[in-house]
Order: sequence, then C-alpha cells, then structure tokens
Amino acid sequence: MINRVVQNADEAIKDISDNMTLLVGGFGLCGIPENCISALVKKGVKNLTCISNNAGVDDFGLGLLLQTKQIKKMISSYVGENAEFERQMLNGELEVELIPQGTLATRCLAAGYGMPVIYTPAGVGTEVAIGKEVRTFDYNGEVKEYLMEHAFEADFAIVKAWKGDTAGNLIFRSTARNFNPMMAMAGKITIAEVEELVEVGELDPDHIHTPGIYVHRIFKGNHYEKRIEQTTVRKK
Amino acid sequence: MLDKNGIAKRIAKEVKDGMYVNLGIGIPTLVANYIPDGVNVVLQSENGILGTGPFPFEGEEDADLINAGKQTVTLLKGASIFDSAMSFGMIRSQKVNLTILGAMEVSENGDIANWKIPGKMVKGMGGAMDLVASAKNIIVAMQHVNKAGESKLLPQCDLPLTGIKCVKKIVTELAVLDVLPTGGFRLLERAPGVSVEEIKNATLGKLIVEGEIPEMIL
Repeated sequence: MINRVVQNADEAIKDISDNMTLLVGGFGLCGIPENCISALVKKGVKNLTCISNNAGVDDFGLGLLLQTKQIKKMISSYVGENAEFERQMLNGELEVELIPQGTLATRCLAAGYGMPVIYTPAGVGTEVAIGKEVRTFDYNGEVKEYLMEHAFEADFAIVKAWKGDTAGNLIFRSTARNFNPMMAMAGKITIAEVEELVEVGELDPDHIHTPGIYVHRIFKGNHYEKRIEQTTVRKK
Repeated sequence: MLDKNGIAKRIAKEVKDGMYVNLGIGIPTLVANYIPDGVNVVLQSENGILGTGPFPFEGEEDADLINAGKQTVTLLKGASIFDSAMSFGMIRSQKVNLTILGAMEVSENGDIANWKIPGKMVKGMGGAMDLVASAKNIIVAMQHVNKAGESKLLPQCDLPLTGIKCVKKIVTELAVLDVLPTGGFRLLERAPGVSVEEIKNATLGKLIVEGEIPEMIL
C-alpha cells in the first residue's frame, strides 16, 4: 500500500499558496477540517477562493480565514450565520457566488467522476441561470429545462473524516460526512485530517466511504473542538 | 386566524402514510409535531439523514449529528446517513415525495421567492432551489401578508426567484389555497373565523372562489 501519511496540518498544507482554489468540507461547523483551517491562518496565504457549503461563524471555521481577510472569493450555498462575512460582502471586500446546495455537491461529484459538466433543474428561471446554457430534456415522462453546470477545478480539497488509515482510506461519522466524500474526490490534491489514524488492514474494506486513491495526504488532527451551532435538546 | 402552530397542524393533514418528507426551516419544522399517530413518514434532512428523530435529551447532544437547520437531533430506528450528493440525488429523482417550505412571496403561476432581499438580506438559497425545481409536491407555509400588511400572494413575485411554476399548495394564517396549472390561487378552505372577503382583501394575485368555501377542520 502507498503511504499517504504526513506529520501534521502544517506539512499537509505546505504548498498551498496565494490565489489558489480550495474545496473545504463540512456543513455548518459539522465535519470541518479544523486543523487545516488553523494552519492556513498561521501560514497567512492570501487571495484564496474557497468552495464550501457555508462560511463558518465569526470566530470559527472558515470565519477565521475571513477575519484575517485571506479569502478573496467564497462559493457557497448558505452564508446566514456570519456577521463579518456579511460586512465584507456588502462593502465589496469579498466576492461571493451563491449556488444551490445540490449543484455544489454535484459539481464536486462531477469532478471526482471525471465528467466536465452536469445538467440540473435547480435554478432554472432564477438569477442563478444567468449566462448559463439551458437545455430542454424529455426525461421520465417530463419535458423540463436544465442548467449546464461545470465540474469544479480546485487546487486542493481539504476534508475531515472520523477514521482513516495510512493508505488514505476514509470513514466518516454521522452527518459529519456531508460534503466531505465528494470534495475528497474533487481536489487535484486532497488532504484529509482524521480523528483516528490506523494502520492498513484495521479498517474493513466494506466500510470505507472514500478509497485512498482520492486522498493524497492524511494526518491525525489534534484538539477537535467540534463546536455546535445550535444546541437543541428536550427534557428527560 | 391561525398562529404558526395552527398552520403547521393544518399542513400535517397533507402528510400521508408512507411519505418521505423534507421539512424546511421555520413553520415547516413544526409540522413534525402534528403528524398523527399511525401515519408513518420518514423525514429527510438534506445534510444527509433519512429518519431524522427528535432533539436529543439534555447532555446527549452529538456535534456530528445535526439537521439541515444545524440543530442537534437524533436518529430514529431504521435511519440512514448519506453524503450531500446522494441527498440531492434522492430529491432530484423525486424519491422524496413532499417538500414543505417557507416563502417570502408566491405568484399566481406558482413561482416562489424565499432566498434574498436585494440590498438587505443575502443568506443564500441553501437547498431550496434544488428542492423546488424537482419536488413533485410542494406545500408552502407562509404568512398571507407581510408586516406592513401587504399581500405576499401576488400576480408576480418582486423578489429574486427561487423557482418557477412549482408551488402546488399554500397554507397561510387565513386560508388553504392551491395554485392552478392555468394560473391563479384557488381558495379551498378558510381559517376558523376568517371570511372569504378578508382573504380576498389579503390576496393581490388572482383569487378563484368557487361555491361555498368550508372552514378548515384542525
């Protein structure tokens, strides 16, 4: 097996440089690559384009890279929980492209599957469709319009998994899976940080969500905060 | 006139046994509280759950287990977890039978606007555009008029659209209406104590009233 292990986040991101495009896994603050985000803040790379479903909150997740103004452009589906984000966007300091969530996921998938475009009905007749090719297909007994959307081309994908082995095979846990598997497939170079790193042979091949072929660098992350955005409970 | 819970309660009657249902944030989330016993439905959260359960007991929350509103939840027996691409795959391929979501405006031809107020609020569409573009059956839970007293059921939407010609049914604090394929809001039911006249006054789009309009049974 090919060994994909690097020592830590700093080594994993060492060749991420200014003006690069990054896919960043997670949904809200759930399943985000906390260690790599901190390492990017420390490294101080600038003018990044980040593709991620959300933009974190003011003081956590991608919000940390927004505070330090390292992000030039965000491509996301929902950015409602971040005041600094809103301020930078309204002041024109931050470029923002909002795209439907399913389109975001499927554009990652297309990249991982080696398909340059997909057609989706999401956004037909809305401002998302402006400048895009529209085609009509007769499919499943329904004649509908679809938008052509391109596979992402990103320099790096940064994902977070629960368990991984030294060959880069990944297993995600619960809804922290979200965008991580398809982003892992879509990076030219994919970095995975994991809570638990094990030797090859310890993971059941039948249980692997992302095969190591898609993962170029893997390391065991430290001190996961796993912040909860909205704690909702009921009484016993 | 209905309150938010009343709207949710009325919508719950549209949820049939055996359905897979996606509930949006806000009033739609409340619908889960009113699904009658014996009606088995599976709730989908577009971040990757089929079989979303109630909130966890205090102290049992799991940061890795949230719903699409980023709230901590639990899983019911038989639940499954999947990635975001598969989640929207089952939405696009219409395996999810019913979508219930909120709206800022709906037009008489079924267009919906709910993601952006230019210059004021830009939160993003999240999964709403995917849901409305694909779902066979879309019910909108909304207030009939905005805070300024202006109708939100319009000849055409003023706000940026989320989807076109997609809304099938609307439940508001005043009425249940469906959107006819030929255009127009057809009044089906009145909320308790609300007259047809009041609904007419609160509806700027084309309102179709045929015969006696019954009062809702909640």
